[in-house]
Amino acid sequence: MPRFANPTQFMKLSAVLVPWCAAAAALGIGAGLYMALFVAPPDYQQGEAVRIMYVHVPAAWLASLVYGLMALGSAVGLIWRHPLAHIAAEAAAPLGAGFTLICLVSGSLWGEPMWGTWWVWDARLTSVLVLFFLYLGFIALANAFDDQSRGTRAAAILAVVGVINLPIIKFSVDWWNTLHQPASVFRLGGPTIAPVLLWPLFMMATGFLFFFATLLMIRMRSALLEARLRALKFGNPR
Amino acid sequence: MSAFAALVGRDLALAFRQGGDWANVAAFFALAVILFPFGVGPEPELLARISAGVLWVAALLAALLSLERLFQSDWEDGSLEALVLMPLPLELQVLAKCLAHWLATGLPLTVIAPVLALVLHFDAAGMGALVLGMLLGTPVLSLIGSVGAALTLGARRGGVLLSLLVLPLYIPVLIFGTAAASAASMGFSAQPHLLLLAALLAAALALAPWAAAAALRQAME
Amino acid sequence: MNWQNFFAMGGYARFVWPAYAVAALVLLGLLAWSLGSYRRVQRELGIREEKSPRKRKAARAP
Repeated sequence: MPRFANPTQFMKLSAVLVPWCAAAAALGIGAGLYMALFVAPPDYQQGEAVRIMYVHVPAAWLASLVYGLMALGSAVGLIWRHPLAHIAAEAAAPLGAGFTLICLVSGSLWGEPMWGTWWVWDARLTSVLVLFFLYLGFIALANAFDDQSRGTRAAAILAVVGVINLPIIKFSVDWWNTLHQPASVFRLGGPTIAPVLLWPLFMMATGFLFFFATLLMIRMRSALLEARLRALKFGNPR
Repeated sequence: MSAFAALVGRDLALAFRQGGDWANVAAFFALAVILFPFGVGPEPELLARISAGVLWVAALLAALLSLERLFQSDWEDGSLEALVLMPLPLELQVLAKCLAHWLATGLPLTVIAPVLALVLHFDAAGMGALVLGMLLGTPVLSLIGSVGAALTLGARRGGVLLSLLVLPLYIPVLIFGTAAASAASMGFSAQPHLLLLAALLAAALALAPWAAAAALRQAME
Repeated sequence: MNWQNFFAMGGYARFVWPAYAVAALVLLGLLAWSLGSYRRVQRELGIREEKSPRKRKAARAP
């Protein structure tokens, strides 16, 4: 088992990493915001509305990425009973739900001026909405049982089963005629977006990623401390 | 094989002996559908346009009603643990329970649907696609529902939680089922949608028993 | 730098700024919640370990 898998080792490691990740998050988001709002040019078709992309797209990337990590942690926890795996998955869930919410709301705000509608039931939007409900279902299920470990395991199974939604999200714009535009960054043959637009995108995405890492570690530390608190309470009734 | 059949028979007998389940589900389905003309007005064109969707949504909700009890009674009286110890693999037992559930709920829904479709002025040209779609789709509802039922066994407010988990996963079935019925009623081919429903059924048959069995095992740890 | 033009966002202000605002609200909200829970459990542990018997503290000391 890797050294840092041990909870005590994790506490030591995260104590060092959290400040650096927090700084990287602040830098990334700060630089990303600056580039998105002041450096990137307006789009020749969409005008200034294209700036919503710099919030919407990184949030979408993180929404899927965090779910993938959550499902991975759940699988590891179920198969190998690793102590930190379930803690990581449950810590990540609200964060992923937050990114999905940002993606849905910003997407809706982008859709109204561009497509003329706040919402459309195409494959991409529907599958991201399903992702949001999967996050909510995971959180609800994990907290639904008096026996906490039962809830943790049930939620973990849900996370693994729901992973089937990720390829649907990714390829929905290819498989169906959708209003949502097709992939223009992560595709075979490379991005079709101009570099001057890619830089703010990657900067914001990096900032979001470090933000996620920071909060994930903080939430995992909280969970481990709470476990210690419960152990103390049971060992010391007074 | 005989153990499988025995399990199906046992669950079916339970479902019909209590008289309750299948009749409740069928009655709910009929009532829910009948509410719509009162709610949106009796105009035939409007009703015809929404009929496919209304039928499928009502079928979904009706199927959801009886899911909570899929494993509940076995779990409560302890026979679930005995089932795990049976030589028949747990996955096959889940399949048997899903089959019994479908025979007691999904199949009656499929049979009643054409009658209710007429009430909603559904174009008779689409009837075949509607029924075939339901034949393919309602088993998927039982299968996906079994995973949700296994996950929420013994949970607080399990019924609501079950709906929250299962309804998002039902959405593809709903989309293709209504698309098939609507397309056929307008004269287009329902085949692509029906094929996708068949694919969903195949996937659910392969994956759902495995997931539900895993959920049942962790429920008994 | 024409700030009026900047805030007007070419006429799309009522879409662009709420999008950024929602993102900020959600992210800052998650940050506040996570940090708040963390500080709370730290406080509770700090108090708890003061109340514990001496030997627990001695065992924890490096």
